[in-house]
Amino acid sequence: MFSTEQAVAWVRRTAAVIEEHATELTKLDAAIGDGDHGTNMARGFRTVLQRLDGLPDDATVAAVFKAVSMALIGKVGGASGPLYGSFYLAMGRSLGDQAEVDDAALAAGLRAGLDGVVARGKAQLEDKTMIDALHPALEALDAALADGKELGSALDAAEAGARKGVAATIPLVARKGRASYLGERSRDHQDPGATSSHLILEALADVVNGR
Amino acid sequence: MTVGLVIVSHSAKVAEGVVELAGQMAEEVRVLAAGGADGGEIGTSATKIAAAIEAADSGDGALVLVDLGSAVLSARMAIEELVGDEYRERVRISEGPLVEGAVIGAVQASTGSSLDEVDQAATRAATMRKAKD
Repeated sequence: MFSTEQAVAWVRRTAAVIEEHATELTKLDAAIGDGDHGTNMARGFRTVLQRLDGLPDDATVAAVFKAVSMALIGKVGGASGPLYGSFYLAMGRSLGDQAEVDDAALAAGLRAGLDGVVARGKAQLEDKTMIDALHPALEALDAALADGKELGSALDAAEAGARKGVAATIPLVARKGRASYLGERSRDHQDPGATSSHLILEALADVVNGR
Repeated sequence: MTVGLVIVSHSAKVAEGVVELAGQMAEEVRVLAAGGADGGEIGTSATKIAAAIEAADSGDGALVLVDLGSAVLSARMAIEELVGDEYRERVRISEGPLVEGAVIGAVQASTGSSLDEVDQAATRAATMRKAKD
């Protein structure tokens, strides 16, 4: 089961991890983009933290994700604002007003989030984007849950899938976003969006596993 | 009233400057700036764009002019998720260039043209001759 407390803890952990890795994300983005991914995401998640404080005690998991979305779409500034905004918005919508979310619903919510990102950004696998981390992660999550694994270990499998997906972006030529303007020169660089997506899923696995 | 315009740029100053230019040509047209992220930082904000669309649309629709990158994604997010249903049906994102499209679109709007006509005029601004005879 996944509770509102866990959802809030996940988002808070994400904010901390993004802050911690902001310089790294910005550096990755400076190589193939406009060099603001880390600062943008950190600014967005600082606003997210403020919005969380304003949520009522009986907020649903969906309400938490909706609040995250609204903060990100206004404050991030770059393309990751509407993209991650769509991720959290679609996830919240998929979960509806359930007070507690079971494992299958959480997995379906994450999948809806990924679909939201795809619908917004129109990117495909191997375009060197967030999707290259999110997609393999959710494939691994679904497979682990289908094998009867507990949520914690299934999310660890998802994290490992995302990590591999990030590494696999290095040899890719970008086909979406500013990095695509560079063409062949975008090769041999790790994608910043895939990297932040991995951090978000790693935060989820850590929180659910009590780490 | 007339079709309204929304100017979306990563820079709040650029958006405000374009509003100033377009307004000079067509005072009676609602031209709204939606530049920068919510705190004024370089970037775009879907929430800011949605508010500008609702303010620009007096019933005849609104044309959204964008600069690049996340401006398009934020504008799409604003239209698909944030504006009221009645606005969604009469708002469009322009293919036209930000500055020229805004000026020419505003002039077209000031004549009482439809959203289609304003949209086409702003698009044509992309191929307008400037320096060559």
